[in-house]
Amino acid sequence: MEFPILLTILLAPVAAALILAFVPKEEHMLIKCVAAVGTFVSLALSLFAYFTYDKTVGGLQFVFGHNVTWIKDLGVTFFLAADGISLPMLLLTNLIGFSAVFASWNVNNRPREFFILLMLLITGVMGTFIAHDLFIFLLFYEVVVIPIYILVIIWGSSKRVTKEYAGMKLTIYLLIGSAFLLVGVIALFVKTTALAGTPDMSFTGLAQAAAQLSRFDQIWLFALMLFGFGSLVSMWPFHSWSPDGYAGAPTAVSMIHAGVLKKIGGYGLVKIAVYMLPVGASFWAPYMAVLGVCGVAYAALGALAQKDLKYIVGYSSVSHMGYVILAVACLDVIGLNGAVANMFAHGVMAALFFSMIGFIYEKTHTRWIPDLGGLARQTPRLAAGFMLAALASLGLPGLVSFIPEFTIFISSFHNYGGLAVIGIAGIIITALYVLRAGANTLFGPPRPEYDHLQDIRGPEMVPLVVLGTVLVVGGLLPSLLFDVINSSVVPLHAAISDALQIGGKF
Amino acid sequence: MMPFDPSALTLEMLVAALGLGVLILGLIVPHGSRHGLGWLSFFGLLGIMGVALSMWGDNRELLSGMYLLDNYALFWKITFMLSAALVILGCMRYVDSMGGQAEYYSMIIFATLGMMVMASAGDFITLYLGLELMTIAFIILVCFRKMEAKSVEAGMKYILLAGMSSAVLLYGLSLLYGLTGSVIILEVSRIIALQPVTPALVLAVVMLVAGLGFKISAVPFHMWTPDVYEGAPTPVTSFLAMGSKAASFAILLRLFIAGLPGIWENWTMVVAILAAVTIIFGNLVAIPQTNVKRLLAYSSIAQAGYILVGLVTATEAGIKGVMFYAFLYVFATVGAFTVATYFYHVTGSDELKDYAGLSQRSPLMAAVMLVAMLSMAGIPPLAGFVGKFYLFKTIVDGYLWLVFIGLIMSMVSVYYYLRVALVMYRDEPADPTPIKLPSPVAVTLIVAMVVTLVIGIYPGPLSEVVNEAAHTFFMH
Repeated sequence: MEFPILLTILLAPVAAALILAFVPKEEHMLIKCVAAVGTFVSLALSLFAYFTYDKTVGGLQFVFGHNVTWIKDLGVTFFLAADGISLPMLLLTNLIGFSAVFASWNVNNRPREFFILLMLLITGVMGTFIAHDLFIFLLFYEVVVIPIYILVIIWGSSKRVTKEYAGMKLTIYLLIGSAFLLVGVIALFVKTTALAGTPDMSFTGLAQAAAQLSRFDQIWLFALMLFGFGSLVSMWPFHSWSPDGYAGAPTAVSMIHAGVLKKIGGYGLVKIAVYMLPVGASFWAPYMAVLGVCGVAYAALGALAQKDLKYIVGYSSVSHMGYVILAVACLDVIGLNGAVANMFAHGVMAALFFSMIGFIYEKTHTRWIPDLGGLARQTPRLAAGFMLAALASLGLPGLVSFIPEFTIFISSFHNYGGLAVIGIAGIIITALYVLRAGANTLFGPPRPEYDHLQDIRGPEMVPLVVLGTVLVVGGLLPSLLFDVINSSVVPLHAAISDALQIGGKF
Repeated sequence: MMPFDPSALTLEMLVAALGLGVLILGLIVPHGSRHGLGWLSFFGLLGIMGVALSMWGDNRELLSGMYLLDNYALFWKITFMLSAALVILGCMRYVDSMGGQAEYYSMIIFATLGMMVMASAGDFITLYLGLELMTIAFIILVCFRKMEAKSVEAGMKYILLAGMSSAVLLYGLSLLYGLTGSVIILEVSRIIALQPVTPALVLAVVMLVAGLGFKISAVPFHMWTPDVYEGAPTPVTSFLAMGSKAASFAILLRLFIAGLPGIWENWTMVVAILAAVTIIFGNLVAIPQTNVKRLLAYSSIAQAGYILVGLVTATEAGIKGVMFYAFLYVFATVGAFTVATYFYHVTGSDELKDYAGLSQRSPLMAAVMLVAMLSMAGIPPLAGFVGKFYLFKTIVDGYLWLVFIGLIMSMVSVYYYLRVALVMYRDEPADPTPIKLPSPVAVTLIVAMVVTLVIGIYPGPLSEVVNEAAHTFFMH
């Protein structure tokens, strides 16, 4: 039997959480080391999986448990598999998870509970990306909600909104979204079972059976999924949880939430909603494009008005997700490639951004830009990380986010013309607000009250090194990313266009 | 006619013997060693459950349909005994401090016996007998803290309303008898199928719905629930919430789906509306509650609404959903109420604000409370999610609006469940002394939590068992 690599990746943090439950709660150093080791195992294995993925073959690889019957009368199997769309997301989760442990190195208030919850959170996110069965996907989808809520209410900050408000807002938005998603999933399951005769919850099985759904069914089911996944990916106008939630959350949660959790929404849109309901997708695509562009423009303008660093990044992440929505709405190979790649790029960048802001806040006890300034002199390494993230955010060529954004622009211009122009214009505003935030925080005359600050060092450097390396390497060698994604987007797109032709659309 | 075979009633006779035995032993053994009665009842019930398992697959009718033995009834009986055993295991310390162990445990066992008779009832008389046996045992249990005004008040309310609901149910049953000339459910269904729908029949059905609506505390027949649940001793509340409710669902299914098949189809919209109102009301009123027992009472009203969803379609899948949900609801209820019982035992309070910092005083209690509540809310990977999936998948065609209401309201319920989590996890305790759990309580809590998790993650085996049980429902 082959080594079950995906299962090991999934269970390493669970094992770490179990060990943590038995570590005495005073052993802070040991607790952090166990968490670091757990996430490192997952990271190393997912790097291995990423680079051994056979791009020439494409499709599902590292398949595990596709014949393990989980629930017979629902047709559920414990089907884990990765393809070129899920692998970058899996890698992203582990990069950020590993960095998040080090970004939380200074958590000394009830650290054992903190890291146990963090491990469960990371497991839940990873599970959604490697599940190839819709039921198993749902099991993981909401696992994350409760750890996040508890992490926010205990370790969050109440600077502008109270952490209780932030935690509840995050939770309720996601759950209401997922309630609609759940209705969609149950209805999809019942209807496909009626069509196919036997229940089958695997992505492939559902997609095959769903091809026979009537146009009307496809349209309303897609609408439910769009609402569910859209509110998770902070699609405008369901985005308002995002800035408030990130502001209240502790650094590690902001990193994971903005970095990967949001991406579950985009991933679900591509691999579940669009893949299974292509006719519905082509009906809603123009509306999605409009919502995406609105998100880009609205959130960018919103970010321009903020003076709190976390709010700037919060709005900026809404704006970047607008590009992802726009790209998915293109429904062509270039657009879908760009959507997945942009999710990866934004994840790395947002996580680095939040971890640097976390350190700034930890050291200066403020995120309020007018109170900051000249930090580049006192904390040069912190400033370097901050600027790296800022430049990636505005899509500087040579960093990981340039090519994905460029791809999206090509595809959206081709499909939506004028609408894309508005979206592309958003990048100017992005440049304006990130550069201004960088300038006012890092440059200018150094403030004497910050002279005593220690620059980041030791374990605190890990997020900068890990995520910074990915930003640069991904920018210089975009083929590392695009070849893997493309190997799975091409067959996915082929399946969609087949279904659309049968549906008589084109 | 087949000769009567007494071995078919082995389970009921064993339980009755256990109840009487505990009662008599209570008179013989001295005060100091009466806590052993709890263990006797617990292991006795476990042993009878073992016997019950060996009867799986024995499907027949006794006394020309008066008493039905099938996997359906057996599954319910096991559920009742399991919940009784878990309630007893979790509350021994509490009962020792209250006194009257023999009466207490034997009443729980007799209530269980009543439920078991209900599960197998094939005619109106047997059904009513079981129902009354259960209700009278519960009346005694509810006012067991007879020195406390609240408990006595709860007992009074329960006796009046239970009596009234029984009367209404009896009217309904006697009308049905008058219309058909038979008390045997299967015969009634055959005769009614040949008759036109008359106003008297409609009246009978209304009365049955009202009478059983009281027992499952469906809105608008729920009025007694919060007061009785709050006033009764907490373990009794938990047994009332799961056992009495589950038993009433067992006969609801028999009466309506097996007994009134043709009529029932005209009533599905009424049940759907009843379910929707119950879900909405229970969840919304739970939001402002500050007392944990009242909060759980309203949430249990909402839970009844969810289980009602399974009755809407009157199919095997719906019956399966009801049984699956009732089974996992037992563990969620045991978990939440055992925490409340022991917390009251230690602190003397049921107020939510006193739960502050519970996660630091006893991580296990806080974790079990959270898991139990989130299972009721239907958050994966806990058992409640799978249960809701089974229930709602039966009504997608035709009642999509109810799916929306049910799922959105279950997310709303997360709001008040998380308020409890907020108090338990965020707040600093006023009194930081750790709460030491005696091992029976700890075992109960761990069983409740582990089962809730395991069913949630790997529901396959339970789902197979429930399938077999639901399959025998239509065999007679």
